[in-house]
Amino acid sequence: MTPRIEALSAQLKLALNAGLVKLTEDLNELTIECKAEDFIEVCIKLRDHGELKFEQLIDLCGVDYSEYNDGLWEGPRYAVVLHLLSVSLNQRVRLRVFATDDHFPVLPTLIDVWPVANWFEREAFDLFGIMFENHPDLRRILTDYGFVGHPFRKDFPMIGNVEMRYDPEQRRVVYQPVSIELRNNVPRVIRDEGRHS
Amino acid sequence: MAEIHNYTMNFGPQHPAAHGVLRLVLELDGEVIQRADPHIGLLHRGTEKLAENRTYLQSIPYMDRLDYVSMMSNEHAYVMTIEKMLGLEVPIRAQYIRVMFDEITRILNHLLWIGAHGIDLGAMTMFIYAFREREDLFDIYEAVSGARMHAAYYRPGGVYRDLPDKMPQHETTKFRSKAQINKLNENRQGSLLDFIEDFTNRFPRHVDEYETLLTDNRIWKQRTVGIGVVSPERALALGFTGPMLRGSGVEWDLRRKQPYEVYDKLDFDIPVGVNGDSYDRYLVRMEEFRQSNRIIKQCVDWLRKNPGPVITSDNKIAPPNREGMKTNMEDMIHHFKLFTEGFHVPVGEAYAAVEHPKGEFGIYMISDGANKPYRLKIRAPGFAHISAMDEMVRGHMLADLVAVIGTQDIVFGEIDR
Repeated sequence: MTPRIEALSAQLKLALNAGLVKLTEDLNELTIECKAEDFIEVCIKLRDHGELKFEQLIDLCGVDYSEYNDGLWEGPRYAVVLHLLSVSLNQRVRLRVFATDDHFPVLPTLIDVWPVANWFEREAFDLFGIMFENHPDLRRILTDYGFVGHPFRKDFPMIGNVEMRYDPEQRRVVYQPVSIELRNNVPRVIRDEGRHS
Repeated sequence: MAEIHNYTMNFGPQHPAAHGVLRLVLELDGEVIQRADPHIGLLHRGTEKLAENRTYLQSIPYMDRLDYVSMMSNEHAYVMTIEKMLGLEVPIRAQYIRVMFDEITRILNHLLWIGAHGIDLGAMTMFIYAFREREDLFDIYEAVSGARMHAAYYRPGGVYRDLPDKMPQHETTKFRSKAQINKLNENRQGSLLDFIEDFTNRFPRHVDEYETLLTDNRIWKQRTVGIGVVSPERALALGFTGPMLRGSGVEWDLRRKQPYEVYDKLDFDIPVGVNGDSYDRYLVRMEEFRQSNRIIKQCVDWLRKNPGPVITSDNKIAPPNREGMKTNMEDMIHHFKLFTEGFHVPVGEAYAAVEHPKGEFGIYMISDGANKPYRLKIRAPGFAHISAMDEMVRGHMLADLVAVIGTQDIVFGEIDR
């Protein structure tokens, strides 16, 4: 741990105390975890605390852990990961929060904390089906109008379920089940050869 | 008097000013925009999902196709994340080459931006001028990687190969006379570095030309001054980065504040705007042309004096040389393993960001120790910028919308991913 990371982690522990579930340091990056019910409170503290001042939400993304480590993952399936940046203090932190219910993942929205969260949350909803409570406009954003399913979930096939073509008889565009097969030339293998440094 | 209602209008996705496939649903009161609702996703290809199903090396060409006007910067963030997770050291010469090409890419991107922004606001000449210089930069790309746009030149551990000693020249055709060809080949007699240096000597004069056309132009000022004003506080809250943030007066540049590669050894300035309107962002980007040019010059000087390896010698990550591969059993096995199974990245997660021409472009990667990433998230600067579209155009006239699209420097490859 560099002195800067160490100072920041001490500040985080001090400022968040009970709200902090886990704090890890890896590759010079700090990752903190909090509970879904403390989520908003923790975020407001991260933004407003004088020694943290994370004014910018750089990124918010969903993660589906169901096939992590070849399915040996234990714990909630969906998480939302935030990357925060403090422009005034020049520091970064990563915040992870798990949605407790695997069948209907819900988290509170962060729009009132960082307005930029609006579209990032729409994206996480669209791709992972994570719901954001009190979001004013939780529509799909990247997928097609009328799309069914959440494509970045691990159980969604890479080739999709439907394909689109022009039907000359009906003289319009129609959807039909995909006609291609999934082709995977390189199997996914986990090896613990470790670092090559 | 008849009652007049607001009306809703559809803009795009095939409008020439929509910079690709932007579809906007606009609510207008006369000619004044009350609400803008951008519909994105028409270019969504699921890059992140594709990357989860491919080895680390196979995904590099996808990165070129994200922001397809600043190809190498995207690759840079991707390979930097992998290097961070592997704890891999990049040879110093490769770092200089990367910085040089990042800045060439910045000029390439800003040239397209000034061309498109100009043509949107009625300055037709800009487009022609900008594309004249882009041609030379594409030739540089081609000389080094073989491709004019989608280079796939940065690799984990360095760059694919060293800079060529000979700049490719134009060949004679029946469409051009011998004299014309000779004129075209005039600055291509030496190495690639000679050609780049010649470009950096020419380029400041070209920027002066652009500024003569635009900076004090009355029409240009009428179209950009006071359009899309964003205060520094709002710019931060809305997640702006890059020239969009600097145009609002926040001095923030990753190259300076969180330096990666060799940016801390180079001499350059960070231009900052004052008013946060389209004109200030225009001035910031114009100054970035000159600063990038300065950086390229310094890199050329360094690269001339310091030969050396350009990619790591760790054959678990980078392929062995061709000769070794064909004569040596161990190298052959390395080569085979690398291009079939690929390398494995240790368990963990990392985020690495570069100062992309458009803002902070970051890659967040989670690995569970496999030969493919478990999750790859691309943080595209344009995504945050376009989400602020509604706030920026509200209360402006319909024609100013085009100025805001231009000033945001929108490219759909990265927004839709």
